[in-house]
Amino acid sequence: MRQLQILGLVFALIAFAPLVISSDAWLNLVIMTLYAALLGQAWNILGGYGGQFSFGHAAYFGTGAYTVAVLQVEIGINPWLGMIAGGSMAMLVAAIIGFSTFRYGLRGSYFALVTLAFAEVLRILSNSVNFTGAGVGILIPLEPGVTNFQFLTKDGYFWVIWFMTLAAFATVWWIGNSRFGAQLMAVRDNEAAARALGVQAYRVKMGAILLSSLFSGLAGVFYAQYFLYLDPGIAYGPAVSVESLLVPIIGGMGTLFGPLLGAVALHGISELTREFIGDIPGISLVLYGTLLVIMVLFMPRGLAGLVNRLTPKPKRINPKTVEQTHA
Amino acid sequence: MLEVDGISKAFGGVQASNNVSLSVPEGKITSLIGPNGAGKTTLFALITGFHKPDAGRVTLLGEDITGLPPEVIAQKGMVRTFQIVQPFAGQTVRENIAVGAHLRIRSRAEALAKAEAVAEQVGLGDRLDMDAASLTVAGRKRLEVARALATQPKLILFDEVLAGLNPSEIRDVIPVIKSVRESGVTILLIEHVMQAVMSLSEYTWVLNQGTLIAEGVPSDVVNDPQVVEAYLGKGMAERIAKQGARNA
Repeated sequence: MRQLQILGLVFALIAFAPLVISSDAWLNLVIMTLYAALLGQAWNILGGYGGQFSFGHAAYFGTGAYTVAVLQVEIGINPWLGMIAGGSMAMLVAAIIGFSTFRYGLRGSYFALVTLAFAEVLRILSNSVNFTGAGVGILIPLEPGVTNFQFLTKDGYFWVIWFMTLAAFATVWWIGNSRFGAQLMAVRDNEAAARALGVQAYRVKMGAILLSSLFSGLAGVFYAQYFLYLDPGIAYGPAVSVESLLVPIIGGMGTLFGPLLGAVALHGISELTREFIGDIPGISLVLYGTLLVIMVLFMPRGLAGLVNRLTPKPKRINPKTVEQTHA
Repeated sequence: MLEVDGISKAFGGVQASNNVSLSVPEGKITSLIGPNGAGKTTLFALITGFHKPDAGRVTLLGEDITGLPPEVIAQKGMVRTFQIVQPFAGQTVRENIAVGAHLRIRSRAEALAKAEAVAEQVGLGDRLDMDAASLTVAGRKRLEVARALATQPKLILFDEVLAGLNPSEIRDVIPVIKSVRESGVTILLIEHVMQAVMSLSEYTWVLNQGTLIAEGVPSDVVNDPQVVEAYLGKGMAERIAKQGARNA
């Protein structure tokens, strides 16, 4: 319950951003941080809580983005409806990927490679068919209006991403406090033992990949509406997949607040480097790589793990004294 | 309650289980013994759905469960523990046990409450908030028992819950197993600790090289020449008998 209160407080504080921040550039930074937190939290559901490391979350992101874009450009379907379609299509792709991997018990690096392959296949497909605009990409015509999911000021986009991110965080809070989540974490920690206790591992993993893909797909929808332009490299390229996993790994996998901490850290760092080193192409990638190595080596539980280590536990039983009374 | 009928399983050239048939009566503690590599754990894996048998049938409460996956078998009321303990590391003792409780309980709060009750029963009540990974071996064995028990099973298969414990720990855990039986759960256990087999089980089956070689009341079975030879080598039964006669 305390976690839920903190969650409410944090999002309430973030909600003041559009009132307090007048500069578009700074509000944009807040929006992109929330967007990164959404991507990271989506990955965290499957990777952090489910232990299934996906290298291809771009598959869901890109599907969500292309669905909303293609539907409105080609058929003229309202992007708000397109958002629902985008989330659903992302889940459909996840159902196919989940079925073809979990059904056959693929785990660890094998699962990671298959997800990477799926994302790459989708990238190549979107590069070669006509309705996605192929390699040229797809441009959503500028027609500002709330009913059209386009806003003249950044405030509108802020509220959309705020709601999406809040929904993702609320879902993950629920995961941490439900039977589904308990079973998911049991599968992550020891699949054989979980199955011996009656956990339907396949079904639980499918649930996780579907939820995860929904939020990745929504992030894709947001991206398409925010930038109004997509091409195969943006939608299905490895950059999104990497950002999705980097955020929770830095912030703390399998924790509720990890992706938020990770998003803040990642965007803070990339802004700082831009400030001090300038926009040398590729410098952020060098930095991301270095950061990833440092995190994995020295802080495997991420920033959230660091926070946990630094805050004293209210009641901690000393295992030694307990064992003595039992010997 | 549980009937195993002619189960066979080969891994390559090794016949791990060869036409094994046994039965476990309801409400009793039945044991399965045999020397190392006799195929006891394999038989458990075959019964609980972790391996698919090449031939034979497993019947639980009159229902054919041969080849069903472990999670379905657990749902039907039979769970196993692991010889090599498999805690969900990084989760607390309470959370570990709650995973078992969730099999029959949807509500998180109720599952956690059930976990506490089960922890009390197996003597983990004071370690509920400890990380399962920091438990001692004895504590982990108790945790295995607790998790299985939390699923509210009709039949539990214990795979060497006493292995690796010192004599005083064994004395502590035996009453736990007895209390499980008294709460109405049937037990089939694999055990090497003969003290436990003798004091706990009412009936025992002896497995050697994948084949059943003896069955009966534990005190009779340990004097069976075939059983003695399986453990100590060929000719030993005769030699012991001779020595016994000389001493008499």
